[in-house]
Amino acid sequence: MGSVEADIVIQAMSFRYPGSSVDALENVSLEIYPGSVTAILGPNGSGKTTLLHLLLGLLTPTRGKILVKGKDQHDLSRRELSREIGLVAQEDDFSFDLPVLEYVLMGRAPYLKLLQLPDDRDYELAVQALAQLGIGDMAHRSVTTLSGGERQLVTFARVLVQQPSILLLDEPTSHLDLPNTHQILQLVKAMSRQGKTMIFTTHDPNSIPGVASSVILMRAGRVIAAGPSSDMLSEELLSQTYGVEIEVHRSDQRTFVAVRDQSTYSAR
Amino acid sequence: MTDVTIAYRKKRWGWTLLAVLVLIFLLSLLLGRYPVPFITPPSLFWNDPRALQLLLHIRLPRIIAAFLTGMVLAAAGTVLQMVFRNPLVDTGFLGVSQGAGFGASLAIVALGGSPAMIQLCAGLFAMLGLGISYFFARRIRLGDWILRLVLAGISVSALFSAGGSVLKYMADPLKQLPDITFWLMGGLWSITWPDVIQILPVTCICLVVMYLMRWRLNLLAMRDETIFSLGVSAGRERLVLLLAAVSGTAVIVSKAGLVGWVGLIVPHITRRLLGADAQTTLPGSMLLGGIFVLLGDNAARTVLSGEIPLGIITSFFGATLFLFLLLRGGVSVKRK
Repeated sequence: MGSVEADIVIQAMSFRYPGSSVDALENVSLEIYPGSVTAILGPNGSGKTTLLHLLLGLLTPTRGKILVKGKDQHDLSRRELSREIGLVAQEDDFSFDLPVLEYVLMGRAPYLKLLQLPDDRDYELAVQALAQLGIGDMAHRSVTTLSGGERQLVTFARVLVQQPSILLLDEPTSHLDLPNTHQILQLVKAMSRQGKTMIFTTHDPNSIPGVASSVILMRAGRVIAAGPSSDMLSEELLSQTYGVEIEVHRSDQRTFVAVRDQSTYSAR
Repeated sequence: MTDVTIAYRKKRWGWTLLAVLVLIFLLSLLLGRYPVPFITPPSLFWNDPRALQLLLHIRLPRIIAAFLTGMVLAAAGTVLQMVFRNPLVDTGFLGVSQGAGFGASLAIVALGGSPAMIQLCAGLFAMLGLGISYFFARRIRLGDWILRLVLAGISVSALFSAGGSVLKYMADPLKQLPDITFWLMGGLWSITWPDVIQILPVTCICLVVMYLMRWRLNLLAMRDETIFSLGVSAGRERLVLLLAAVSGTAVIVSKAGLVGWVGLIVPHITRRLLGADAQTTLPGSMLLGGIFVLLGDNAARTVLSGEIPLGIITSFFGATLFLFLLLRGGVSVKRK
């Protein structure tokens, strides 16, 4: 990859929550390249969300550092950072029944001064983002009336309007049913083809094949391995990640991951 | 274009509310018990110099104070509900009003009771009330955030009320006690021009600050990590808005006493009428709050030959409306 500059470089980073006696993340070093789709895979509590919050700048590394587009993350102001990195959080933000359009419009915050109101151009961008995702007809619905899949699409629209080059998605499919999961993963792929760097966390290895180009395997705050997804989806590495026997089936260029049946529970 | 329709809708609502307000304002000038009960014929103001005096020196300042009271309390309620992402909070539920009432009582009983001292004490204790409520809400281990904040707020309010009772017990029954009792019921009967001029600067600044930050309120009602990802300094902006809401409330409470339920019910009604976008909800709440309290105060000074305390009227109608909205599903608490 020599000539391409990495979007994100993590150098020997560790992180410990205040008051804790153990590192939540230990000695992590990674490089993430423009236009790639990276999946952060690991069991619950392995530090996936912590890593995402560090990339976002919400948490500060205890040791080591993070470079965003070649610059130390903490030399960038919060505003500068928010124009580079967008977030689709794990839980949605719909406390009050805002119209969808007004919700999407909030993605313009990094470009507005403290007392500046969004203008026609901002509204136009929000309408465009909704149209791009095929949900232009939702503009005037209240966000509290949306289904799980619709909520996720609307949140994506908000992040599109923010125009970051890097998108962090925290478990983007964990609350979704099968068709919606498929739609969101296809969207992730499509956005990477438009040049966005996509990074998402997941605890489901089956959301990776055909979507993520590289995978970071995490367990108990450590990166077990990182690399191209075809190499990472091996029985050995996945078993190590999850601490149970995992089997990987490949057929017709498709890959399925499952826990090897050890008949721990008997039906009889 | 879709955005044009939205802008149009907002404007039309604004003008309607403003027109209603002007009408009620003019009507309020005519309402009273002197020289004739209920409606004073406008011609009297030209013929009877005393009626004109009464209009300019008693009714007008009182009407302005009533309107300011409604604007500030409703705006503060909207701000608190959005900043705490909790549709069930209000200055009366977060220890702000009771704190201000306690501060005012303390100033009367122990610190001489000058207007400046009353406002200062009311302001300090209002902030203290909010601070303590927030502190405990973060530490209670029962229920979700909405419930915790309500529980902490009610407890802190009760503590300040109890403290207020102690002060009442200690107060001079002839000189101080009537003053204190007045805070607890809320009312505008003693308002004169000097009072209005005393509260005008702070309340106007607070209202302008809240109004200018109306779009930010939408942002601040989101989850912390999302707000951060949008490059917003949530802590600082919340602090500015809370300072504006609490100082405005404290100054109002120091003059008008405890006028309850305005900050809870008006934002709910406004959201139902105009939607939850703070760009419309905040100015809408200010206007509707002003109308609500002005109507309440008109009733307070007109219905009986004696004065009905304003706080009793707003609580009665506020609580009734709230129950009605609850039954009709107009109060949505969707957040986990």
